[in-house]
Amino acid sequence: MAVAKEDAAQRAGLDTDALRTMYRHMARARVLDERMWVLNRQGRAPFVISCQGHEAAQVGIAMALRPGYDWAAPYYRDLAVTLVLGMSPKDHLLATMARAADPNSGGRQMPSHFGCRRLNIITGGSPVATQVLHAAGAALASRVRGEDAVAMTSLGEGSTSEGDFHEGLNFAAVHKLPLITVVENNGFAISVPWDKQMPLKDVADRALAYGMPGVIVDGGDPIACYAAMKTAVERGRRGEGPTLIEAKVARLTPHSSDDDDRIYKTREALAEEKKHDCVLGFRVRLEEAGVLAPGDAEEIRAEIMREVDRALQEAEASPLPSPESALLHVYGD
Amino acid sequence: MPTKTYIEAIREGMRDEMRRDERVILMGEDVGVKGGVFKATEGLHKEFGEMRVIDTPLAESAIVGVAIGAAINGLLPIAEIQFQDFIMPAVDQIISEAAKIRYRSNNDFNVPMVVRAPFGGGVHGALYHSQSIEAIFCGVPGLKVVVPSTPHDAKGLLRAAIRDPDPVLYFEHKRAYRLIKGEVPDGEYVEEIGKARVVREGSDIAILTYGLMTHFCADAAEKLAADGFSCEVVDLRTLRPLDREQIIASARKCGKVMVVQEANLAVSIASEVAAIVAEECFEYLDAPVMRLGGPEIPGVPFSPPLEEFYMLTPAKIETALRRLAAY
Repeated sequence: MAVAKEDAAQRAGLDTDALRTMYRHMARARVLDERMWVLNRQGRAPFVISCQGHEAAQVGIAMALRPGYDWAAPYYRDLAVTLVLGMSPKDHLLATMARAADPNSGGRQMPSHFGCRRLNIITGGSPVATQVLHAAGAALASRVRGEDAVAMTSLGEGSTSEGDFHEGLNFAAVHKLPLITVVENNGFAISVPWDKQMPLKDVADRALAYGMPGVIVDGGDPIACYAAMKTAVERGRRGEGPTLIEAKVARLTPHSSDDDDRIYKTREALAEEKKHDCVLGFRVRLEEAGVLAPGDAEEIRAEIMREVDRALQEAEASPLPSPESALLHVYGD
Repeated sequence: MPTKTYIEAIREGMRDEMRRDERVILMGEDVGVKGGVFKATEGLHKEFGEMRVIDTPLAESAIVGVAIGAAINGLLPIAEIQFQDFIMPAVDQIISEAAKIRYRSNNDFNVPMVVRAPFGGGVHGALYHSQSIEAIFCGVPGLKVVVPSTPHDAKGLLRAAIRDPDPVLYFEHKRAYRLIKGEVPDGEYVEEIGKARVVREGSDIAILTYGLMTHFCADAAEKLAADGFSCEVVDLRTLRPLDREQIIASARKCGKVMVVQEANLAVSIASEVAAIVAEECFEYLDAPVMRLGGPEIPGVPFSPPLEEFYMLTPAKIETALRRLAAY
């Protein structure tokens, strides 16, 4: 088993260092996400929305992009995507604490409304699926200039019911834009299960109607996600058009810190999902393949904990925005 | 100075800016090979090619949403919505996204985009090809809204809109396209957004208006002048931000104010202008502010007697002005 999976990594062009980096990204997102929940339960952070269970998909997808060259229009769960692209735990803790120095929004938006011009991470709002069109537009602009940059956008399976999902995929397909749409399908849109969003089991089937490849990938397997994304990115760079990737993932937390998932998700189902926790699973896999030595994972985790502790201290010491600054930046002139 | 139609001025405004700056692109339904259903974009596809003049799928949210993404990634898109009536599917992209992107990113991102759309009635377009729904956008911080009434302003304001770093909604009156002609300078002039224009100076009644109604009001003012009533006609030109200084100056000078628009009156531009006059000019007024506009019905009906009932005319405006003059 371990040998076969190592083969998969080799086929995807991932060497040992890349696999360790991949694991580190996943563990870092998980530790940071868990810390945000602790802050929320301690009454120090008003709102948290989580990536737990999506880390493998997000890290695999994002590692196939060129940060600062390619474009990303992520959604609110994509904490790990933004970390891979170059944002830091401190950046996000500043947002959690609504501080003036929050690079996403200066404390203006709820946490997890990501954005960073320097890294081509397009600012997101709260209405879902609107970002699909922004990513298509970014892809269009790159092509008009003759660049081979691609644009990635992501959203949950519930958001594929929105009109902008259809309009964006159709536009990108008609104009053969290098747009990669990643649907992180965790089976629930807050409380509403996937079968109340669509009569299909697989979102990827919709790709047929847009005349683009629709790829289903195990969202618990970062190597598979990386490989699928790499293929889609290369296709986009060659000018062959868009791809729809559906990553089957698990949502290991309620929708947000304001949600109680016990009402609509059985504890047995959740326990089953946690048994296949992607971060733990990838650690075991890398240990079996000898990529991680005994003790490596603990060391990586301790190192991340120190980074997050430091980031939290700095974020809490960082000033809140001044009240009157609410009036700034409505217009540019 | 050469005389041009309103639509020629719009077309030349786009053409000149596209020649001047290769970041300017144009996208919308039928804007390419056909040159637009009104021919506003005629010849542009041929000159600039399909990479810069893009026939989009029939999907308004995508036209605006893709333009937003392209603007974020360095282009200066002009998104054409075929009729203002059909802008509704794009309202989420305009109000929830474009208007808020600079603010919500704390000045990290901005959206230098123009959304062009023809509005207005009097063309037998019925409910869905005649509306004047600009008020929807005029209460939204982050947006600018301009409505030129002359070929001169059509070109000058379009240049300003394209060069503006923020989203500008540019509404053109479709009946003005070929009806209104005027002088357009050859040079590269720009009309500043946020400035009204005094079309006719006067001292008895200040008429504050915009769009095609500017011409109707000027005609009505001419009729009253024959009887010794002096009307000042002000073309607002920009509906967000309104030119408060000019509104206040004209209202104080004349003491009587009439606000004229084609749209229905409830919660409209006329409401906002009247509120400004009430707040800033109370001691100067000799009569209550009068508002004249469309009736409170959902749209402009098709049958000629119904359409004529809806639409303002110079004669209807003249009658209202005489009532205000007699107050």
